[in-house]
Amino acid sequence: MKVIAAMSGGVDSAVAAARVVDAGHEVIGVHLALSSNPQKYRSGARGCCTIEDSHDARRAADIIGIPFYVWDMAEEFHEGVVSNFLSEYSSGKTPNPCLRCNEKIKFEAVLKRARAMGYDAVATGHYAKLFPSENGPLLYRADDEGKDQSYVLAVLTQEQLSGALFPLGDTVKSDVRKEAEARGFSLAQKPDSHDICFVPSGDNAGWLRERLGSEVGEIVDEEGAVLGSHKGAYTYTVGQRRGLGLTIPAEDGRARYVLRVEPTNNRVVVGSREELAITEISGGDVNEVKWCGPIPVLGEHRGLAQVRAHGKPLPCTYRWDGKKLSATLDAPLYGLAPGQALVIYEGERAVGSVTIEWTQ
Amino acid sequence: MAYLDNAATTAMLPEALEVMYREAVNVGNASSLHGAGRRARRVVEESREKLAAAVGAKPQEIIFTASGTEANNLAVKGMFWNAGATKRAILSSPIEHHAILDPLEWLEREHNVTLHLADVDGDGRTKVESVAQLLSEHENEISFVTVMHSNNEVGALQPVEEIAAISREYKIPIHSDAVQSFGKVPLDFAKLGVNAMTISGHKIGGPLGVAALVAKKELELTPLLHGGGQERDVRSGTLHTPAIAAFATAAELSHQRLLANADHIKALRERLIRGVTTAVADVRLNGGASTLPGIAHFTFAGAEGDALLLLLDAQGVQCSTGSACSAGIAQPSHVLIAMGMAPKVARSSIRFSIGTTTTEQEIDKTISVINEVVTRARAAGVR
Ligand SMILES: Cc1ncc(COP(=O)(O)O)c(C=O)c1O
Repeated sequence: MKVIAAMSGGVDSAVAAARVVDAGHEVIGVHLALSSNPQKYRSGARGCCTIEDSHDARRAADIIGIPFYVWDMAEEFHEGVVSNFLSEYSSGKTPNPCLRCNEKIKFEAVLKRARAMGYDAVATGHYAKLFPSENGPLLYRADDEGKDQSYVLAVLTQEQLSGALFPLGDTVKSDVRKEAEARGFSLAQKPDSHDICFVPSGDNAGWLRERLGSEVGEIVDEEGAVLGSHKGAYTYTVGQRRGLGLTIPAEDGRARYVLRVEPTNNRVVVGSREELAITEISGGDVNEVKWCGPIPVLGEHRGLAQVRAHGKPLPCTYRWDGKKLSATLDAPLYGLAPGQALVIYEGERAVGSVTIEWTQ
Repeated sequence: MAYLDNAATTAMLPEALEVMYREAVNVGNASSLHGAGRRARRVVEESREKLAAAVGAKPQEIIFTASGTEANNLAVKGMFWNAGATKRAILSSPIEHHAILDPLEWLEREHNVTLHLADVDGDGRTKVESVAQLLSEHENEISFVTVMHSNNEVGALQPVEEIAAISREYKIPIHSDAVQSFGKVPLDFAKLGVNAMTISGHKIGGPLGVAALVAKKELELTPLLHGGGQERDVRSGTLHTPAIAAFATAAELSHQRLLANADHIKALRERLIRGVTTAVADVRLNGGASTLPGIAHFTFAGAEGDALLLLLDAQGVQCSTGSACSAGIAQPSHVLIAMGMAPKVARSSIRFSIGTTTTEQEIDKTISVINEVVTRARAAGVR
């Protein structure tokens, strides 16, 4: 096959590229420039879009012995990921930009371009496994449980997955590092990037405030009693307990949590942990439902629900009625923000996903 | 394989390589007074004479530098700093190489310089009338003029002789970046009538990392590099004797072979243009009728230059899109924008540059893959 290896400049994507070459494919390394002004989004050694990162990726490509190019995806990234991130936050939701980046950039803009140019697939350093089946590729969790990234890939359709390669799915991170070392990559000991690549300082709230303003608003309880104030409702996340700065203690003296963010009246609603409990999760409209495997038959099924990147899989009954995907959890979950993705698994296999619209 | 990026750098001529090797095994600093030093000095001075003869200059007009970029910086900053406090403007063109434009823009930012950039036509040729007008309007502020001899992207030859004649009338010194012209088209420093001119070794089959600013004796330049004062007290640094010797050899041979080389290169260029325009629909050749013999610059509407480059590279054909920034992100070329191209069209362009070592096979190889490459790149689209 002819393969484009997306190389971020990190350990994982470098080893992934090398493995695709070892497997006998014709490979070209591509670093995605996600900001036309690389210092704009982040400076420092971590993250995905610095000049150092493109240098590190290039050096790894040299060692592997493959051609290397930088593709300018700044516009696509801004539109598909950064703007979406801002608009979701400003409507009181908590989006996951990595998931959007996979959906709109790596396996959409990049894959499309690769295919048009005669390439068959895009390889990345994601931790997940793909198995072929009669009905197309199936997406599974990685062997390294702690690193598993199938959650942020479950937004991909089978059509997209048929153009994806995840060569690291069967390896634990520590072994990937050892392999990078053995292959002579200077980036072998580079720290992992944990936070959002386009937020330079890692200070998410500050970054949002700079862009969305910091209009002071009220923090209230369910009865509407004002308990405090905030500087920008969107910097709060459902389930958040710290940093509320409430001066009036709860009557029962117990901790209070963010229950809801109401962007229209710039209010943050807080309450007790019990009030956070939900068992019903429902997605948005049919267009947002993504099947990364065969479409299940209409009706109810048993499965596992995962609602955040490194969240636990929760036993559930899920329903697909041809329009909506929803789930009822066996046991309540505390603190779930709309905007995150509901990903349904059956065992280790990712079935499909939808952006969470409504919970109860 | 086809190497069609000779405007970026050339293979060294075997004769130059031999000289370089021969000199590299000799010890000696050309500034030392003992035998080894004298030997090195003699090689440098003989090289200076050879090089001077090849560009129609006097030996004492050659200031060796470590790159064309350095020579350009020395010309731009050296002439400006020497011009005195009342001369706060510089006249140039918008299609200069970054080694001119960036120092100019730096002076604009850091030293409050006003830049006057002359108009260029759709072929990438600086308009003499525009230069004349700017000179007449800003005569008293302009410290110097710098206009390249030929453009490195589209290959368009520039009316430097005419521009030099006009600036002489105003008694304003003029520099020309002749890096691409040197060794490719007749170039005579004295006849050109400029006060200073840049040439570089690696574009003519000489080594990398050696170049010269050819400058009239009377032209005063403020140095960039202070130290031993080796070159006329204007440029310091121990001279790179082997590179200088090899540069002079390459210059001498390029000069001697100029017409024969140009015939060979022009024929290959014609072959490439015919082949590409026959194989591909909707392609445009840039640079007009008067260009360097070896540059063929095309616009393939609807295809991204980056994609063309990648796909050609995968087929073993090596060419270039134009200027790249440090992260390797392609920006639409400032030259093409100045020529009036829309950014989208500018991004759809690539440069093939032919050199003395280019063969018919390389041209035919390129022609044989171009249609498939352009078709695929067009499928990928332009953003
Ligand atoms: C027109 C022009 N000026 C200056 C330079 C820079 O010369 P050098 O590579 O010797 O620094 C180049 C070469 O890239 C050039 O084409």
